[in-house]
Amino acid sequence: MTDTTTDPIYVTEALIAEDIDAYLDQHQHKTMLRFITCGSVDDGKSTLIGRLLYDSKMIFEDQLAALESDSKKVGTQGQEIDFALLVDGLAAEREQGITIDVAYRFFNTEKRKFIVADCPGHEQYTRNMVTGASTADLAVILIDARKGVLVQTRRHSYLCHLIGIRNIVLAVNKMDLVDYDQSVFDSIVKDYTDFARSIGINTFTALPISGFKGDNITTRSANTPWYSGPTLIDHLETVEVLSALDAEKPFRMPVQWVNRPNLDFRGFSGLIATGSVKPGDDIRVLPSGKTSKVTRVVTLDGDLDQAVAGQSVTLCLADEVDCSRGDVISLADNPPQAADQFEATVVWLNDEAMVPGRAYWLKLATQTVSATVQSPKYVVNVNTMEHLAAKTLELNAIGVAELATDKSVVFEAYTDGRTLGGFVLVDKITNATVAAGMLNFSLRRAQNVHWQALDISREAHAASKNQRPRVLWFTGLSGSGKSTIANLVEKKLHALGKHTFLLDGDNVRHGLNKDLGFTEADRIENIRRVGEVARLMTDAGLIVLTAFISPFRAERDMVRSLMADGEFVEVFVDTPLEVAESRDVKGLYKKARSGQLKNFTGIDSPYEAPEDPDFRVNTTTESPEDAAERIVNAMLAG
Amino acid sequence: MTTYPDRKTLTHLERLESEAIHIMREVVAEATNPVMMYSVGKDSAVMLHLARKAFYPSPPPFPLLHVDTTWKFKEMYKLRDKMAVDSGMDLLVYQNPEAAERGINPFDHGALHTDMWKTEGLKQALDKYGFDAAFGGARRDEEKSRAKERIFSFRTASHGWDPKNQRPELWNLYNARKNKGESIRVFPISNWTELDIWQYIHLNNVPIVPLYFADVRPTVMRDGMMLMVDDERFPLQPGEEPVMRSIRFRTLGCYPLTGAVESTAKTLPEVIQETLLTTTSERQGRAIDKDAGGAGMEVKKQQGYF
Repeated sequence: MTDTTTDPIYVTEALIAEDIDAYLDQHQHKTMLRFITCGSVDDGKSTLIGRLLYDSKMIFEDQLAALESDSKKVGTQGQEIDFALLVDGLAAEREQGITIDVAYRFFNTEKRKFIVADCPGHEQYTRNMVTGASTADLAVILIDARKGVLVQTRRHSYLCHLIGIRNIVLAVNKMDLVDYDQSVFDSIVKDYTDFARSIGINTFTALPISGFKGDNITTRSANTPWYSGPTLIDHLETVEVLSALDAEKPFRMPVQWVNRPNLDFRGFSGLIATGSVKPGDDIRVLPSGKTSKVTRVVTLDGDLDQAVAGQSVTLCLADEVDCSRGDVISLADNPPQAADQFEATVVWLNDEAMVPGRAYWLKLATQTVSATVQSPKYVVNVNTMEHLAAKTLELNAIGVAELATDKSVVFEAYTDGRTLGGFVLVDKITNATVAAGMLNFSLRRAQNVHWQALDISREAHAASKNQRPRVLWFTGLSGSGKSTIANLVEKKLHALGKHTFLLDGDNVRHGLNKDLGFTEADRIENIRRVGEVARLMTDAGLIVLTAFISPFRAERDMVRSLMADGEFVEVFVDTPLEVAESRDVKGLYKKARSGQLKNFTGIDSPYEAPEDPDFRVNTTTESPEDAAERIVNAMLAG
Repeated sequence: MTTYPDRKTLTHLERLESEAIHIMREVVAEATNPVMMYSVGKDSAVMLHLARKAFYPSPPPFPLLHVDTTWKFKEMYKLRDKMAVDSGMDLLVYQNPEAAERGINPFDHGALHTDMWKTEGLKQALDKYGFDAAFGGARRDEEKSRAKERIFSFRTASHGWDPKNQRPELWNLYNARKNKGESIRVFPISNWTELDIWQYIHLNNVPIVPLYFADVRPTVMRDGMMLMVDDERFPLQPGEEPVMRSIRFRTLGCYPLTGAVESTAKTLPEVIQETLLTTTSERQGRAIDKDAGGAGMEVKKQQGYF
C-alpha cells in the first residue's frame, strides 16, 4: 500500500450501515453519466481509471490482494500499487502492457453512476475510440504534463468533437512529475486552447491532476494551491448529461417491433430518441406521412402519462395506420425528412478499404437499406486537420463522401440527433461492420428526381415478345470463352424467334464506358452501368446476354439485386487461369505478365469465383457449342 | 418504476432498463430463432423480468433455456418451474447425455464437470435447437474479460470467441448479421453492476431464489469454501458432520461448487447492505474463475463457455 492511498470517500459507508433504506433511496435517484478517457499509451489512462474505481471502493479485498501481488510481479511502479493492472483486462494486453480494446468500467458517487469507456491511444485503434465516444456524454483527454499537447491529443480531441461530444475535460496528468508547477500547466492549457479553437471546440475544462498520487481527483490537492477549479469528480458529478438535452428536442421514436398479442391490441415498440410523448399527441408516421393520435403509452407497470427521450415504450395509436419496423413516429407538425442521397462523414473501421460504388448495408436507427458510397471528396488528416484528396477510405480514415441508398431513409443531420443521423455500414459478404458515419445533409437532387410512372408496363413489353425477360450474365477470366459462348447462345435464341441483345465488355468500353479505366473503382462503376443498362433492356422485354470478366462477387450480387427475382442468370465460364493464359487471344496476359498492363484479373487483381452459379461451363471438358445448347435448353424449359 | 411527469432526466436504473429492453427488441426483430439462457440466478431473474417488460402485453417471443448440470440447488429447480409458468414462456431443459452417462459430478471430476455439463451442454443445446441468438445475463463488472466483450458477441460455428476480432458497436446500433454457422450471444445487462441488479430486484419485486436470503442451513467447510449439503449426494468425508449455520449465497451455481457466506440478512435491504459493506468480490465464491491462472474466464470463453 502506498502513502497516497485515500480512504474510500464516495460510498457513504456510515449511511449504508445505519440506514440502508435512505441509502437505497439516494442511489435509486442517481443519474448516469457515460464518459470516455483517451490519451496516448503512457499518459496514465488505466492508472486514472484504476484510481477512480479504487477510490469509489469498487475494488474488493480479494481483487486488491491480487492487485498487490500482480503489482510486484508485472507492475511498472516498483513496489507500489499499479492501478493500471486493475483495468488492463485481456491476457494479450497484460503481456504487451497496453490497452487494445474498449473496456467499460463502472463506479458510483453519491450523485451519479458512471460508465467509463477506456479507449486505447495508439493509431491503429482509432475505431475503438470512435466506438467508445459514440455513447459518451463527456470525454476526458489525458495529457502527460511532461510531454504537453501531442499529435495524439489533437487526434483524440478531433474524434471526440466529430462524434459530437460537447463536454471536453483536459486532464493534465502526472503533475507530480513536474513538481506541480503552475507554469507547466498554464502553458499546456494555452497550447490546447489554440488548437481546440481551430477545430471548433470552444469550451473545455482543464484540470491539473495526478492519477497515480490522487491529486485533484476526489479532493482538492494541497500540492496545487494555485488551482481553484473543481476536482475531476466534482466536475463529472455536475455536468449536464446528453439525454437531458435530447428531451428538449422534437419527438422522434424509431419503431423496433410491432406488438400484436391478439386482434384487440396493436402497439408500436421503440426507444424514444428525442423529445417526449403523451396520450392525445398528434403524431406522423414516416416515411408514409400518415397522421394519427397517441392513445396510450403502455408499459408492464401501467400506462404512462408521459414518456421522455431515453425511455423504451409501446405506443398505441387512434387509427389503423400502416406502421412497421424501420418507420419513425414523430411529432405531427415537425417531422424529420426522408431522402436517398446524402453527404456524410464516414469513419472507416475495417482492414479492407472502402470500395467506391460497392453496395453495403446501411443501418440507421431501425432502418436497413442498401447503400453505395462515392469516392470521398476529401479525407481528413487527423493529425494536422488538413483535407487531402483520396480515392478511397482505408482503415481508420475519416472522409467526407456522397452516398446513395436504394430506398428513402428517414433521417436528421447528425448534429440535430445522433439516433437519426448516425449509421453503420455492413459488408454484404463478410457481414463485418466496416464503417460508421454521420449524415451531414441530404442532396437536393434526390428530392427532385421522381420515378416516372409508365403506361406500358414491363409485363406488357415482355408479353408482346412472348418471352420472359432475362439477363444471362457470363463471368470468367479474360480469354475464358465468355464472348464465344454468349454469341452462340444468342444465335440459337435468335433462330428460335427470341428477342435478344448481347452487351459485350469491349464494345461497351468503346462507348458508354469510355471514361472508365481499370482500377477497382472504375471496374465497379463499369459493372454498375452495364447492370443498369441490362435492367432497362429487361424492362423492354429483352433477353440480355452480357460477357464481362466482372471479377467481384459483390458487384455481381449488386446487379442481381437490380433485377426481378429469377431474371438474373449467372453463367460461370470456369476456365483455369493456365488454360486462359495459354490461349491469350488478345495478347493481354503477356502484357500483364511483363508489367505493361496493371490490375489485370488473375495476374495482379483477384477474381472471385461465383459460389453457386446457375450454370458452370468447364471449357476444358465441354465444347462451346455443347455448353450453348445446354444453356438454351435449360432456359427454354424454365 | 414510476415516472414523474415533468422530469427530463432519467435515473441510472431507468436508462439501464431502457437500454436492455431496446437490445432485446432488436434481437427479436433481427434474429430468426432467439432464446434466453436461464440459470435461475438473480441476473437471470432480472433478465426474465426485463423480457416481460420489453414485449408486454405479449409474452416474450422466445423460450427459456436452462442448461442443467443436475447439481443445482433444489430451491433453484422449484423457482425455475414456477417462473416458466408465470411468464407464459416455454422452458427448455437440456442435460448433456454424455455427462449423464459418464456420471460426471463436481466431487470427482473437478474442472471436467463445468466443461462437460455447462460448456459442452450449452454447445449441444444451441446446436440441437438451432438457436441463432442467445440472451445471457453476463455483466461487464463481473470479470476482466467481460469488460471488453461487446453486447452482441459473435461465436464461430464451433462456438469460439475471438476477442481481437469483435465488431465495433457504435451508438445503439447493433449489427446482427451472421455468417453461416455463426451465432450471437447477446448481453442486455452488460452495463449493470451487482448493486444495480439488487436495487432493480428491490424496486420491481422480482422473484428470486430464497437462498439469497439468510437462513439456518446444513454446511461443511471444504478448501476454504463453506458448502451447503443440499441433498444426499454430498459425500461426507470420515468424521465430517454438517454444521447448521445461518448462511446465504451471493451467487448461485452448482451447489457443490458454490460457497456460502455467513449472514443474518433476511430482507433485500439487508442483503444489499451486506453486499455494499462486504470486502470480497461476487465471483470470489466461484471456483471457475481461478482455473487456468489469471486468464481463467477468457480462456473458457474462447472455448465456448457463455
